[in-house]
Amino acid sequence: MSKANSATLASASPQYRNWLQRNRRDQIFVRVTQLAVLLVLLILWEVLPKAQIINPLFTSYPSMLWPTFLELLTATPQQASILSHTLSTVVATVIGFAAAMVLGTTIAATLWWWNSLYKVLDPYLVVANAMPKTAFVPIFYIWLGATLSIYGMSLAISLFVTILMIYSGFQSIDPNKIKLAQSFGASKGQILRKVVLPGSVPTLIATLKVNAGLSLVGVVVGEFQSANLGLGYLIQYGSQIFKMNIVMTAVTILAIVSSVMYLAISWLEAVVMRRR
Amino acid sequence: MLSSPPKLYVDNVCMTFKTATGVFEALVPVTLSIPSGRFVSLIGPSGCGKSTIFNIIAGLLEPTAGKVLIDGVDATGTIGRVGYMLQKDLLLPWRSVLDNVILGMEIQGVPLREARERALSLLQRYGLSGFEYLYPSTLSGGMRQRAALLRTLLFDTDIILLDEPFGALDAQTKLQMQEWLMQLWSDFGKTVLFVTHDVEEAIYLSDEVHVMGTRPGCILESILIMLPRPRVRTSSLTPEFIAIKEHCLNLLTASAPALPEAA
Repeated sequence: MSKANSATLASASPQYRNWLQRNRRDQIFVRVTQLAVLLVLLILWEVLPKAQIINPLFTSYPSMLWPTFLELLTATPQQASILSHTLSTVVATVIGFAAAMVLGTTIAATLWWWNSLYKVLDPYLVVANAMPKTAFVPIFYIWLGATLSIYGMSLAISLFVTILMIYSGFQSIDPNKIKLAQSFGASKGQILRKVVLPGSVPTLIATLKVNAGLSLVGVVVGEFQSANLGLGYLIQYGSQIFKMNIVMTAVTILAIVSSVMYLAISWLEAVVMRRR
Repeated sequence: MLSSPPKLYVDNVCMTFKTATGVFEALVPVTLSIPSGRFVSLIGPSGCGKSTIFNIIAGLLEPTAGKVLIDGVDATGTIGRVGYMLQKDLLLPWRSVLDNVILGMEIQGVPLREARERALSLLQRYGLSGFEYLYPSTLSGGMRQRAALLRTLLFDTDIILLDEPFGALDAQTKLQMQEWLMQLWSDFGKTVLFVTHDVEEAIYLSDEVHVMGTRPGCILESILIMLPRPRVRTSSLTPEFIAIKEHCLNLLTASAPALPEAA
């Protein structure tokens, strides 16, 4: 830290200034290390196959990602542009998790409303959540057809965990807050709207974080089976013709899509929680 | 005076709970007669059924036997006839102070704009001006308690139940809040039923103190406090005050089950 940028801290005590500086150094250290980890992984991925320590046929190279991406950018009669593939996957994911959130919250509210319904359905929900939903990919394909089965998968994979998480969020609302609303003569609907739902916003955001990832899994797995568009399809196609360049490029785009979704939800969280 | 019914009449209310181990008697017949505009305190050891009485008066709990009459009319099990402030402030963290204090009115269907207008003038008059649009998390304990009390007051019922409102506050803030509450009470003329563990607080604030006993919950004795109003801090040093305090403490220690001295 130079003396120049300490001008704004002139009024602060030397201890506090030291603490701030150390804090800032720590932050920079963490960021630099994070970048270094990424860089080391990329270098290993580039160097190990080049040195024939591992078979390049299986791994491709990071240096091939960008050229492959550019190559895939132009659509051919056999193959849509990689941007269309990406868009298709992103749209299916967003629709899937939006539907899971809406449907899951509605079902959780219904279960909260009729507690006996929850008691009946509880074991089914737990088992449904524990089931590997990907086992249903072929069944969904038969029931719903090529496109709908992808949306179906994306919804199915995140729906049950949504119901369970949001319901337990509803249950954890301070009963005294509900009692307060009751003492004002609130109806059950008013308690839901004015106390339970707004009080569960942190749970909703936590669920959103879980779901964004899960829905992406659902979409990609669905696309393995039934699509001719989407990153899942591209991965499947690339591996069948043994072109790891295509597979790795698609996987990298998936990583970027996940990161963007994570950032978007973190931003939403920051906006919503600022008022608390 | 005597011909008109009391504002609040708790008529031989009993409460028993069925538990796994049998029947638990929370309250044996409790009778309270509270004239309009009185400030009445209940003191007693924990578990003496103070909160149970409040829940019954608020209509949240049906008594096993007995009735609650408000203005001579049966109000047993009727919700919304009294303002009830629970032990914790229970401010909703996602609402500003203003939107918290209008909760009762909002639930009763008062249009938002009107509710906010009414609340704003009250907040400004009673020490929360400048805090209207802040969120509860930024407020001190005393300020939060003020907001919770104004929320109860804005619900606009003749009777207000306060369940240990100042129990969690530090001694200094508690004294300030007592003065503040006295101000509100004399401005609004509400009938107040106040639960506290603090004998001195009960005597200082009240027209009448009911000392409760436990297992089962009952009223041991009702003591009229004839100290002149407005009360001043030094009145707690007068012989009358000290005599009442001593009497109350004797009742409480006599009724309390043997506890280790450390408690």
